[in-house]
Amino acid sequence: MGKLKSSFKNMLLSLAFISIVVACLLAFVFKMTEEPIEKAKKQRQENAIKEVVPDFNNNPAEEKFEVEISDGSKLTVFPAKQDGKLVGIAVETNTAKGFSGEITVMAGFDIDGTVKNYAVLKHAETPGLGAKMQEWFSDASKPGQNVINRKWNNGVKVKKDGGDIDAITAATITSRAFVDALNRAYEAYLKTMENDSCKK
Amino acid sequence: MTYVLIFISAVFINNVVLSQILGICPFLGVSKKIDTAIGMGISVTFVIAIATLVTFLLMQYILIPFNLKFMQTISFILVIAALVQMVEIILKKVSPSLYQSLGVFLPLITTNCAVLGVAILVTKDDIYSKSLLLSMVYAISTAIGFALALIIFAGIREHLNIMNVPKAFQGIPVALIIAGILAMIFMGFTGIV
Amino acid sequence: MNKNLNILTNGILKENPVLVLLLGMCPTLGTTSSAINGFGMGIATAFVLVCSNLVISLLKNLIPDKVRIPAFIVIIASFVTVVEMIMQAYMPPLYESLGLFIPLIVVNCIVLGRAEAFASKNTPLSSTFDGIGMGAGFTLALTILGAVREFLGTGKIFDFPVYPEDYGLIIFVLPPGAFIVLGFLIVIVNKLKTTKN
Repeated sequence: MGKLKSSFKNMLLSLAFISIVVACLLAFVFKMTEEPIEKAKKQRQENAIKEVVPDFNNNPAEEKFEVEISDGSKLTVFPAKQDGKLVGIAVETNTAKGFSGEITVMAGFDIDGTVKNYAVLKHAETPGLGAKMQEWFSDASKPGQNVINRKWNNGVKVKKDGGDIDAITAATITSRAFVDALNRAYEAYLKTMENDSCKK
Repeated sequence: MTYVLIFISAVFINNVVLSQILGICPFLGVSKKIDTAIGMGISVTFVIAIATLVTFLLMQYILIPFNLKFMQTISFILVIAALVQMVEIILKKVSPSLYQSLGVFLPLITTNCAVLGVAILVTKDDIYSKSLLLSMVYAISTAIGFALALIIFAGIREHLNIMNVPKAFQGIPVALIIAGILAMIFMGFTGIV
Repeated sequence: MNKNLNILTNGILKENPVLVLLLGMCPTLGTTSSAINGFGMGIATAFVLVCSNLVISLLKNLIPDKVRIPAFIVIIASFVTVVEMIMQAYMPPLYESLGLFIPLIVVNCIVLGRAEAFASKNTPLSSTFDGIGMGAGFTLALTILGAVREFLGTGKIFDFPVYPEDYGLIIFVLPPGAFIVLGFLIVIVNKLKTTKN
């Protein structure tokens, strides 16, 4: 078979043919992967929740709700319940104070306001410095920097700002941002606790 | 104030070439002379601005409403290729003198990943994807950042021509190492916003 | 068969797309902060390269000359989207860390370059071999670059600790390290080439 001439009709037909085949292929792959993609996203969120709150047997992702905090932004709260009784809440919190861009953290509190655990979901901090958030603030052997099982209060600060949390070495801005994210989560926790309907 | 912050952040802190590592091919390819670097910088700014405008509207009014997000890559690259062609034709008719100086760079821009990169980044970002104005400020600032890096780099390379560089280092390798040092210098800007 | 074997090794060594032809610099520099990221990016690009080479050489007689570039771009972009969706579904962590660079395979000069220079002129079989060879060469270069950067920056290779992380030079996992390490890798290749001659 010889090569097609570059006539207007041929060009149009050949491009149209390729586009249609490609569109069908993409639509097919999209349908095929749509479900796994959703599932992978959900799985990730569920794993993060499971990590940060006490044992529960409800489905927090289904019972999630939004809480507005004082600066007007909304955080998503996932209530964890054991046999219908609230045992803790996970808050998907964020902060814009990071060294390079937004930091998203899943923070877990039990009902008396103690930080149960946290999981850094998204960040663009410097590798080797700010990126150490996940390990640094959960090191149980160093009480100065550990936030786990710490009773949280309003306006917790890093040591440099007159608070009591050791910042990551050479990454004070990231540490401040991390603490800010937890403070915002705590505010959402307080708001949730004020709301009686949720306590039952 | 927001606009100033976006500008500073896109030009210096998250410089598209030296920090996000996009658009390296033209950065290494057309940085031998300052004149050509300026021409390339202007052309890219022009194309990024129009491309972001068109792809933003395409995304908001066609791809999202019809649930065709998976056609993003394919439609964006076609739009950019067509736009570059169109700009070339219009420029030839309207301003032959400008075409003379920029024309040679235009075909190269289609495969400049900074253009497609910015178009996609804008749709993925929570803030930019909601405001056309902010997106445009971001896109143009990014392009200026590209031009800045390119022109500085061309200035250094012009001096490099008269240096005595070991044979194995000549050309791209020494350029890459200098780009690395330049990237280190730009890292000094992090945290100022 | 011998000819095809030549095509295959050509891409890996003599005409290595990254270290010799100096094509596809953006993903090379942008994604190689660790060996596994470099490897993942290499495989994704190789997949697109093989598929697009095969399809383009099959369709080469159906595509009129004047519209060949847009036709190639459509074919390449569709395979890129397929890779993107599959990665998102089955390898979400890798997809997250490669991020923007997956859709940017479309504008990787290697893919369009091989389509234009090789696949549009050769048989489907040798085009496939060319795609495999070039893809392997690209993957190899990216993996080496990623491994060197990961080793110098964090003291690990493929996440396997070699020396304590505290002694790592973080600059090598950051953008400047990418430029510098690639520069020196090309110097080494240049040196090897001249001594061989």
